[in-house]
Amino acid sequence: MTIQFNDETFRDDYSYHNSAEAIRRFPFPFDKDDYMYAVNMEPHAGGREGSPFENRFDVDEHYVAEMRDREITLNEDPLRCQSLPHMELAGWDLLELIMVSKSEDYPELFSLHRDGDRWHWINRPLGIDHKFTFLDPTTLPYGPMEYITRQAQGDFAVLDQREGNLWMEAGMVTSQADWSLDFDIGMNFFEWHAPVPKAHEMGIFQRALKFLLAIQQDSPSRRLNWTMTVNPRLDTSPENYHKWGPEKRTLTPENVGEKQYLRVELQTFFRLPRSNGLAFPIRCYLISLQDLVTVPKWGRRLHRVIRDLPDELADYKGFAVNRQLIIDYLAQFDDGKPTSPGIFPDE
Amino acid sequence: MSATKFTPSIISRPVYGGLKPHGAVPSLMLANGPGGEALLELIKADPTIPGQAHVIYIPEGCGLGKTLETKGFAGYFEGASYPSILPRFRKLLADAGMNTRLYLAGTEGLIGQATSEALAAGMLPEAIDAEHRGSLARRMQCVHCKGITENVITDPFTCLHCGLSLFVRDHYSHRHAAFQGVCVDAEAPGEIPPRQEIKA
Repeated sequence: MTIQFNDETFRDDYSYHNSAEAIRRFPFPFDKDDYMYAVNMEPHAGGREGSPFENRFDVDEHYVAEMRDREITLNEDPLRCQSLPHMELAGWDLLELIMVSKSEDYPELFSLHRDGDRWHWINRPLGIDHKFTFLDPTTLPYGPMEYITRQAQGDFAVLDQREGNLWMEAGMVTSQADWSLDFDIGMNFFEWHAPVPKAHEMGIFQRALKFLLAIQQDSPSRRLNWTMTVNPRLDTSPENYHKWGPEKRTLTPENVGEKQYLRVELQTFFRLPRSNGLAFPIRCYLISLQDLVTVPKWGRRLHRVIRDLPDELADYKGFAVNRQLIIDYLAQFDDGKPTSPGIFPDE
Repeated sequence: MSATKFTPSIISRPVYGGLKPHGAVPSLMLANGPGGEALLELIKADPTIPGQAHVIYIPEGCGLGKTLETKGFAGYFEGASYPSILPRFRKLLADAGMNTRLYLAGTEGLIGQATSEALAAGMLPEAIDAEHRGSLARRMQCVHCKGITENVITDPFTCLHCGLSLFVRDHYSHRHAAFQGVCVDAEAPGEIPPRQEIKA
């Protein structure tokens, strides 16, 4: 398989686009016609061929452009990547996990040669050919977590496990749905989820934490989460909210299909072998409504989900102000027919 | 004035358990404003405490200093502000032995910053007692410019550093000892809701 990497942007002129194949493989997050919070975990042990679930770290046509966007964001705000001092070993764990996974899953794109602690890493799409000593930070241009996450799509939170809780104490966060690593770093699982409405009362976080604490090596898990974003912008950070916020008010009935994006997070969870930390990659996928409705099942279903969503969730996810516009647009694509179970398009 | 009861709605906000006597052991005490009353109640409950206790008190217009200094503390010092007492507090923390207790009383900003200092100095969380007294003012971090604004009593408020109008998000960081302030008119610049007093 050869991937053609898009030349595209996630800011300014927003030239981001999905190919026909990228639309077909989009991780549509709704397996039925309504939505409520759930601890919707499943084993991250492969998935349908060609889908984003097939490999441990999905690499797609947006890879090179996303890494360029990350670099722009980091140049503007280095606080998006932080690691508390005791998290360096977990950073090496993460580096190993990503290098091993990518070189095994995409051998034509990535190679890793290991001779004891002398490692040779080749990343062909980004033009990197680097020899370094594993566990020796002086042989890398950045800390291990920063080095490898500048070469991996999606955000990464690295969690320490102690006192029966998970502590977010390292991360690379440049494509987030409105949360601040700089503010949340050092918090435990309940603290960093504090602003989420309803889910605490539903016991969601207690159950999720119990599940995550028990994740074993080589048995990663995954779940999907979602929100809505105007324009294909990766950096919807609170730090820059005053810069991208005004764009949310630019939707009209004429442009909603083109400018309104469904934003899906493929969240995965890997136990790290040396540190006993937990790697929490949060991979962001964006699809415009006009592309999404080319899959009839998705158009029908998204209309029903958005129409029937509790107000608090639309509010929290930040699209309450545009909800009616979105519903009116999607209604054109909902003929009232039943939808098939599961998230994949009908063949 | 008794210890403040907060609404339980903010999950990331610390819970202050109040000051409880731990007997005649080495102690550090730091209080501001009406927090001094909590110290007086503490030593009334256990008069053996002052003999090994070093106190730093920041009156902030409160007249409790005169009473506190007569209570026979091993050390008593009055300071003008938290930044001005910080070098002294850090020295006391650095010199503190394994069994030292820390008692903090006063505003949330004082408790939060002093707790961070103590933890950074190697003190264990279980050796720290804290009691909220006095103003409900919040210490806020602007999520945009990262500047801290002390003693915020209205929502929204103006960031002292970058000038943005910020709303007070109910999200608290131990590490910054601050709540989060987020631009209130980001989506519609200039549309700023009326200011309200912070009541919890």
